[in-house]
Amino acid sequence: MAGPMGHGRRNMGPRPKVKNPGQTFKRLLGLILKNYKFHLITVFVCIIISVFSSVQGTLFIRNLIDDYIVPMLSQPAPDFTPLIFAILRVAAFYLVGAAATYAYSKIMIYVTQGTMRDLRCDIFRHMESLPIKYFDTHPHGDIMSVYTNDVDTLRQMVSQSMPQIFSSAITIVSVLVSMFIISVPLTLITLGMVFAMMVVTKTIGGKSSKYFLAQQVDLGKENGYIEEMMQGQKVVKVFNHEKKSIEEFNELNETLFHSSYNANMFASMLMPINGQMGNVSYVLCAIAGGVLATSVSGFFGISLGSLVSFLSFNKSFSQPITQVSQQFNSIIMALAGAERIFTLLDEPSEEDNGYVTLVNAKTVDGKLTETDERTGLWAWKHTHQATGEVDYIPLRGALVMDDVDFGYTDEKMVLHNVDIDAKPGQKIAFVGSTGAGKTTITNLINRFYDIQDGKIRYDGININKIRKSDLRRSLGIVLQETNLFSDTIMENIRYGRLDATDEEVIAAAKLANADSFIRQLPDGYNTVIKADGGNLSQGQRQMLAIARAAVADPPALILDEATSSIDTRTERMVQESMDKLMKGRTTFVIAHRLSTVRNSDCIIVLEQGRIIERGTHEQLLEQKGKYYSLYTGKAS
Amino acid sequence: MIKTLGRRIKGYVRESVLTPVFMILEVVTETIIPMLMATMIDDGINKGDMNHIIITGLWMLLCALIALFAGAMGAVYGSKASAGFAKNLRQGMFENIQSFSFANIDKYSTAGLVTRMTTDVTNVQNSYMMILRICFRAPVNLIAAMTMTFLINARLASIYLIAVVFLSIVLAFIIIRANKYFTEVFKRYDDLNASVQENVSSIRVVKAFVREEHENKKFSRAANNLYNLFIKAEKLIVSVTPLMTLTVYGSVIAISWFGALMIVNSELTTGELTTMLTYCMQILMSLMMVGFIFVMLTMSMASAQRIAGVLNEKSTLTNPENPDYDVPDGSIDFENVSFSYSEKSERPVLNNINLHIKSGETIGIAGGTGSSKTSLVNLIGRLYDASEGTVRVGGKDVRSYDLETLRDKVSVVLQKNVLFSGTILDNLRWGNENATEEECIEACKLACADEFIQTFPDGYNTRIEQGGTNVSGGQKQRLCIARALLKKPKILILDDSTSAVDTATDARIRRAFAEEIPDTTKIIISQRISSVENADRIVVMENGAINAVGTHDELLKTCPIYRETYVAQTEGSGDFDKKGGN
Repeated sequence: MAGPMGHGRRNMGPRPKVKNPGQTFKRLLGLILKNYKFHLITVFVCIIISVFSSVQGTLFIRNLIDDYIVPMLSQPAPDFTPLIFAILRVAAFYLVGAAATYAYSKIMIYVTQGTMRDLRCDIFRHMESLPIKYFDTHPHGDIMSVYTNDVDTLRQMVSQSMPQIFSSAITIVSVLVSMFIISVPLTLITLGMVFAMMVVTKTIGGKSSKYFLAQQVDLGKENGYIEEMMQGQKVVKVFNHEKKSIEEFNELNETLFHSSYNANMFASMLMPINGQMGNVSYVLCAIAGGVLATSVSGFFGISLGSLVSFLSFNKSFSQPITQVSQQFNSIIMALAGAERIFTLLDEPSEEDNGYVTLVNAKTVDGKLTETDERTGLWAWKHTHQATGEVDYIPLRGALVMDDVDFGYTDEKMVLHNVDIDAKPGQKIAFVGSTGAGKTTITNLINRFYDIQDGKIRYDGININKIRKSDLRRSLGIVLQETNLFSDTIMENIRYGRLDATDEEVIAAAKLANADSFIRQLPDGYNTVIKADGGNLSQGQRQMLAIARAAVADPPALILDEATSSIDTRTERMVQESMDKLMKGRTTFVIAHRLSTVRNSDCIIVLEQGRIIERGTHEQLLEQKGKYYSLYTGKAS
Repeated sequence: MIKTLGRRIKGYVRESVLTPVFMILEVVTETIIPMLMATMIDDGINKGDMNHIIITGLWMLLCALIALFAGAMGAVYGSKASAGFAKNLRQGMFENIQSFSFANIDKYSTAGLVTRMTTDVTNVQNSYMMILRICFRAPVNLIAAMTMTFLINARLASIYLIAVVFLSIVLAFIIIRANKYFTEVFKRYDDLNASVQENVSSIRVVKAFVREEHENKKFSRAANNLYNLFIKAEKLIVSVTPLMTLTVYGSVIAISWFGALMIVNSELTTGELTTMLTYCMQILMSLMMVGFIFVMLTMSMASAQRIAGVLNEKSTLTNPENPDYDVPDGSIDFENVSFSYSEKSERPVLNNINLHIKSGETIGIAGGTGSSKTSLVNLIGRLYDASEGTVRVGGKDVRSYDLETLRDKVSVVLQKNVLFSGTILDNLRWGNENATEEECIEACKLACADEFIQTFPDGYNTRIEQGGTNVSGGQKQRLCIARALLKKPKILILDDSTSAVDTATDARIRRAFAEEIPDTTKIIISQRISSVENADRIVVMENGAINAVGTHDELLKTCPIYRETYVAQTEGSGDFDKKGGN
């Protein structure tokens, strides 16, 4: 289920489609506004100030020539005072503008990074609250991609696209107004060119996104091929298949080259073409303006200074338009990402209506009462809903399943009429082939999934009434996939009980036969385990998982194929530690190797979701059924 | 590193040269426009010369059109050059990886190689395009614009020079500082994602131990650290924009003031002043670009280094100069063989092995995990080279054979075996490209695979998914054996290849081998005693050395390890997943 993850995926997958962009954008905006309303208002004000001051600056150039330099030229003794004042005034504008720019970019950092941090934490927090079913039904690569791809594109949109579009919009409007004031005909020419630029952008952009789509598909194919070949590299060598795979690869590579070339070509043509069309617009206005300035007077006439500043407006008008058109693609991408984020956030959390809780208890005058200290004695605190009366039931680890039916989907039932009665301290084993429903039973005991029909009672209490966290805390679990975390060995074992002292951790490691090999490691208990235990052998990891369960000291244990992938002799060693761990606890053992279950109090043989045999090892041998035939290798 | 990568431009040199040429053409023509504007104002508008205005205007238009053309061509060639470069890099890496020995492969993780061939190449591709297009454009732009301003008025232009020097120093300072932060940011960012991934794959453990809150806290802490680091880095970056605008504005004011003075003193024309102001933006923008490229390049440097690492990796195994193409028979001899995976490791994996196997013999190898069974057989097909001693096949040193010939004659069914996406027939023909369907079926019958393939609706044309996920473990193993048989090898090695096959079928496969391919030397590694007990001889491995060699009965008497394992397995060896049929 766990697919290839991480960075490789960043560029994969087809171009996203946004189902409901308006809604998504509104929700996203709401998310930002929630904590950063004041910040955003300040940002907008600052952007307006900054745009305004830069427009003032451009206007100044016009005044510089028309109102100051030209009059001075005609004066016999030029008076520089008005110019000095004008320059001081514009300098003030500039300073305010630069300050505003600095202020809003700085505030935006806090807004963006803060929002992203909150969003990441929200996603993570919500993810942790989702039921196991979600993880079983969604490829892990997809979940990861929410963190790696979607949050990332969103960050770019919030930090870059949003302020840029806002400031561009303001620039466009204010520049447009100024241009109209200076000269209507020249403005019309500029607008005509802008229209042409937009048409070009749309045409080229469309082509580019078509090829980008093709590039993503080709990239996906090539990635798949690379991954498959890298995984099977040793097989390739053994079969002398190198030339053949190079041939196949080159074919894919060539296809990718073409789509990548075309996609990048159209995308990167956009910028110079738009830029130069901006220049053409500039030139056309210069020619027309020149003509207007020399030969036309009256309303359409234009002074030299006005022409100069119009031309610089012309430049600052095409720029934001090009920018906005380039932002659109990234906004669509970001909204698609946001949509996936929201889908994850909208997944229903694991429900928990349990009200029976697990508390520390002590016996006072022969009666159980609640206490705050850790006594080693636990009790279920059952507050009766109708009367409010409180019962304390000692935690013993008795488990009863009564006529349980279950299916992962409603159409297909996996378990039928399962009855189990486990007394405290007993060892119950489930055997059967893959798919018989062994793991499913344990998924039900700790309520990773809820049953469709029947009842499960834990110490006489219906497990639906027990708070999930307390139920799970009372059950230790060792899985076939050991799943260690990248942290020290000490912390990995402590994961079973966070307040365990170092001594308790070491004691648990000794119980699991792990202490001796841990001490042989260069850093002992402080050895950092690499990504999922790569630097330890399978057996060693298994022993750490057992130590982890041991330190939790639960009254009941689930061992799900805990030793299935280790060899016979290593298994014997692990078995020893398991036996120590199981002593005095109700234990559910799942195995397909019979040697591990022989000494169980009750062995349950499952086939296609039904219990077909049950009893002790001896009883089952006497029955001469399925178990007998497998154990002895003789047909019954 | 630059040399290694540079060689891969081959085939796209023309494009790589033309791109900067066109970019420079674009810049130069673009730079001429404001220059023409100055004469238009001074000689046209100020003098009221309509003709001059139109002619200069047309020249300007021509410049803009040339720039447009050049810019577009630059994009075309730049994209082609960089896409081609990327293609060559991927191909180069892939080809080199194909030449890797097992020892080379062990050095890299699959995910690591995939990242190098995808993300890293994309990074380098983008940077290469940047280099070709902007690396030339920006500095040329800067120089051209500076030259122009100096041509107009050297004294005024010196204001720009001061501004440029000032900005370069500040930019350099900021970039170096920010770069340090960003490297750290990316590392933390990867760590954060790694911890998410860990949580996703270990969700059962998290939930079973009720550690959701614990994980939430851990994650919040990491997210907060990332946040603080990001803020630090970005604070530096955002100071660039206002600094830049302040410099621009400062220059504008200075130019205006001094320009006005000069105009009044008739040292400068109004047209020239306008042009000077136009160049202002151009100069400072290109300076920013240079800084930006620098950041991009340092960021893709790590990717380039990783790629160069793969490209420069030399295979640890090479074909001999005058290779032998004839493997006479399937005899194998180990003489004083020792082996370690790395020169640095203190304890060798195999220690002083002496073993002689006759052609056609069936040899069982038993021993616990980590006893170096696999390492021993890997030396036969020269998947690794022995560190000391000699391994001989057919009486000749394995190092004297042509590698392909040797591996054709020594067929290994690897422990960690892989099927590829494609039909069953496609997969079988890995063993022999030209095998007929009959030959394939024949091999499958030998490997007891035919019986289940026949039950598939599409039979031998059934598609296997990537990684062989749509067949069971036992079926996969039998297909892999059939594939190895199609090579018609002189030596067949099964490395724990029937572990998921039930005992009865396992026995049938071995019987078929004995009857149908008696001349092939067969080496069977297994955890299961029942798989090796009928072998002519059984080798018991322990801690990298041969503990005992003998028949089943001999070993039961003389070898305690063998006896112990046998006893543990005979009683209660039943296994629900290994009963008949799958």
